[in-house]
Amino acid sequence: MEQNRHIRLGHGSGGKLTHDLVTGLFLRYFDNEILAQQGDSGLFPLDGSGMAGKMAFSTDAYVVDPIFFPGGNIGSLAVSGTVNDIAVTGADPHYLSAAFILEEGFPVDRLEEIVREMADVAREAGVRIIAGDTKVVNKGKCDKVFITTAGVGFLEDRLAHIAGGEQVRPGDRILINGYAGDHGIAILGERESLTFTSPVHSDAACLNGLIRDITDHHEVHFMRDATRGGVATVLAELAGLSRRPGANKMGLSIDETAIPIREEVRGICEVFGYDPLYMANEGKVVMVVPGDQAEAVLERMRRHPLGRDSALFGTVVEEHPGKVVLHTEIGGRRLLDMLAGEQLPRIC
Amino acid sequence: MKYINEYRDKELVRILVDRIRTYRGPHVRFMEVCGGHTMAIQKFGIPSLLPDNVSLVSGPGCPVCVTSLQFVDHAIALGRRDDTIITTYGDLIRVPGSTSSLEQEKSHGSDIRMVYSTLEALAIARDNPSMQVVFLGIGFETTAPASAAALVQAKKENLPNFSVLSAHKVMPPAMAAIVDEDVKLDGYLAPGHVSTITGSHIYRDICEKYGLPVVVSGFEPADILQSIMMLLEQIRTGNISVEIQYKRVVTPEGNLKAQKMLQDVFKLRDDWWRGLGVLPLSGLGVSEAYADWDAERRFTAIEVEETQEPEGCICGEVLKGVSHPTECILFDSVCNPANPVGTCMVSEEGACQAFYKYGTE
Amino acid sequence: MCLSIPGKVISIENDIATVSIGGSEVQAGLQLLDDVSIGDYVLVHSGFALQLISEEEAAQTLALIRELEDLSDDDDIPIQ
Repeated sequence: MEQNRHIRLGHGSGGKLTHDLVTGLFLRYFDNEILAQQGDSGLFPLDGSGMAGKMAFSTDAYVVDPIFFPGGNIGSLAVSGTVNDIAVTGADPHYLSAAFILEEGFPVDRLEEIVREMADVAREAGVRIIAGDTKVVNKGKCDKVFITTAGVGFLEDRLAHIAGGEQVRPGDRILINGYAGDHGIAILGERESLTFTSPVHSDAACLNGLIRDITDHHEVHFMRDATRGGVATVLAELAGLSRRPGANKMGLSIDETAIPIREEVRGICEVFGYDPLYMANEGKVVMVVPGDQAEAVLERMRRHPLGRDSALFGTVVEEHPGKVVLHTEIGGRRLLDMLAGEQLPRIC
Repeated sequence: MKYINEYRDKELVRILVDRIRTYRGPHVRFMEVCGGHTMAIQKFGIPSLLPDNVSLVSGPGCPVCVTSLQFVDHAIALGRRDDTIITTYGDLIRVPGSTSSLEQEKSHGSDIRMVYSTLEALAIARDNPSMQVVFLGIGFETTAPASAAALVQAKKENLPNFSVLSAHKVMPPAMAAIVDEDVKLDGYLAPGHVSTITGSHIYRDICEKYGLPVVVSGFEPADILQSIMMLLEQIRTGNISVEIQYKRVVTPEGNLKAQKMLQDVFKLRDDWWRGLGVLPLSGLGVSEAYADWDAERRFTAIEVEETQEPEGCICGEVLKGVSHPTECILFDSVCNPANPVGTCMVSEEGACQAFYKYGTE
Repeated sequence: MCLSIPGKVISIENDIATVSIGGSEVQAGLQLLDDVSIGDYVLVHSGFALQLISEEEAAQTLALIRELEDLSDDDDIPIQ
C-alpha cells in the first residue's frame, strides 16, 4: 500500500525507499539489460571499435548541505563520488563531466574554492574533467550550488565479473578499507539544528588508486562503495545477490566488533539514536575476496594511505541464504537489513 | 566510552548468561516497558542468548507508539496555520495521523522543524518573534522535565510566542493496566531512565498489589541480563520486591528537583493510550500556573479532523504484549518502516520496527 | 524516555554544560540538577543532564557480576 504518492526525503536516502523508486519507476521505463544490472556504473561493450574490454559509465548528482564540511566540500565529493562509482566496478576512471546549477547571488569566491578543490582531487586521482555545463536559477530555486558529474572508465575483461558479483561464493571474506560512518557524522556536525561538535572529518577520497593496487595483485569477487545507507546497505545488497536466478545460495556472517568505528562516531550515534552501520561514507569500499587471499589483501590494503585502518569483518557462508547475520559485540545474533527510511535524530 | 563499554563486556555477558541458564523453573515472561530496552534487546541480540524458558515481551514503553492519532492530527492542524512553526523531536516526524503525518505536511509546506532539545525550540521562538512556535511534548517522566524546563524558562522570559502541546504521560498507570487486562506476566523490567527522575518507589504499589517482581534496569547488555537474573532470583526465592539494578543513576527517591519542576508545570489528567484506552491520571497537562504557554489553551479555534484508526492494525494488542508483531497480517506485507501503518512500526523503538529491523533469525 | 547517554562534563557556562561523549561534544542544560562540577559524569537526555552518575555504584554493579563466577549453580545470589 503506497500511503503517499509524493516524493519524501527517504526516497533519496539510499535505502529501501530509494530502491523501490528505482525498481518501480526508473527501471520500469528505462528498461534495458545494462541498467538492469543495477551496478554503480553502466557497463557496455565497445561494439565495432575492435577494442577489448568494456566501458563503465556513471553519473551522480550532489546536493550536499552544508556545501563545505570538515574534510572536503561539494566539489571534492562530486569528483570522488563518481570516480568511486566507476572504480568499484573494477574499471579505471579516465574522464569526467561536471554540470553546475548555481543559485543567483552565490559568491564567485566560494565557487572558485569548490572548483579549485575539484581540480586538485581530479588531478590526484588521475582523471580529467573534459566537459561541463552551467545553469543559474532564481534565488530560492536551488540551495547555493548543486553539481552533477558523469564519468567514463575502461574495464578489462578479467575484471568484468566484479560488478555483478557472480563469482562470490561461500568461504569468501569481506573487508573494508577503514573507519565507517565518518562522513555521515562530519556532515551532521555542520547542520545547525543539531548542536554538537565533533573532531570527525569526512572520509571523502578517490578510491581508484587503492582499488587498482588490489585488483592488480589479487582476485576480487565483488566490491561496492558504502555511501548513502552505509555499510549495512552494501551488505544487504550483497546478500541479495543470492536471490538472483542461478546465483550461489549464500548468506553473510558479520562480526560487528571487527567493523572499525571511531569512538567519536559511536558517541554521537548513541546520543541521537543513529546506527553507525547506516551512516554515509564517501571513501570506503566493501570488498569480497577469496578466503585464501584475504590476509594478503588486508596487508596490501593497509600499506595504502587510504587503507591503513582496513579490517576483515565478515565471511560469505552457505547458511541463511539471502540474509546478513550480525554477530553482536556481546555474542548475540541479529539480522541486518537495508535502511528503511532516512535516519532521524530521536530522543526515544 | 566510560559507563557504556564496561557493560558490553563479552565476559560479563557470559557470566550472566551462564547464571540465567541455571534457571530450571517453568516458563517465565518478563515485560520491558521502555522502548529503549526493546531496542537494546534487539540490537544486541539478547533473545538469542536466553534459554527457552525465559522470554521477553515488549510493553507500552514507546511514547510515540502509545500517542493518540488525535494528538498527531492536532499538531498537523496547528502546523497548517500560516503563522506557526512546529518544533518536535525526530521521533514524531513519521507518525501517521488520521490522513497525514508531519513529514508529509512538511513536504506540503508546513514549517516543521526537528530539534534535539527544548532549548533549541526556545531559541527558534526568540528568533522568530512574529511566529507562533509550538513544541510537541511527547515522552514519559524522563522527557517531561525537558518540556517543564522550557516552560519555566518561557515564563521567566515572558516569551509570548512559545507554547507546548503536551502528550506527556506517566508510566505506573499503564504498568498496572497491563496486569488488570490479564496479560500473563511474571515480572517487570522497569524503565531505568524514567526511574532516574521518579525514583524506584513508584513501582511499590504494582509490586505489592499484584505480587509481581520489579527490577529497575539499565540499558546496556550486562544491565539487562543482570536484571533478568535478579527477576529470576526473586521468583526462585519467593522474595518479591522492587529492586534497582541500575544503581549508578537510580535511587528509591529519584531526582527531587526535576520532580518538583514537573509538579509545578504539569498536572495529572486522564489520558488515552493506544491499546489500553483511557487511563485515569496517566497524562500530564499543563498546569494553571503555566496556562499562558499551553498550546491547548492558546489555540482553541483550530479544526482538527475526525480520528480514523487504520484498519487491520493490531498495534494495540502488540503494545499490551498480547500479540507478537509477526501475528499482524499487515506486518511486512503492507506495513514496514518506510510505509508504516501503525505507530509500532514508526518508532525506532516500537516493537514492530525493532522486530522488523533486528528480528533474530 | 529513553535515549540517555553518560558523558563527562568538560565545561560549564551559566546553565549549560559541555559534555564529552567518546570525544564528541554535546550541550546539556543543567536546570534539573544542582551541584554539577567539571569532571563529573552526567546522564544526558534530549539536551538536559538528568542525573549524576555514581562511580561507586557503577563499580559495585560490575563487581557483583564478576562475583557470580565463584558461585555454584544452587547458591543464592547476594544481590546488592
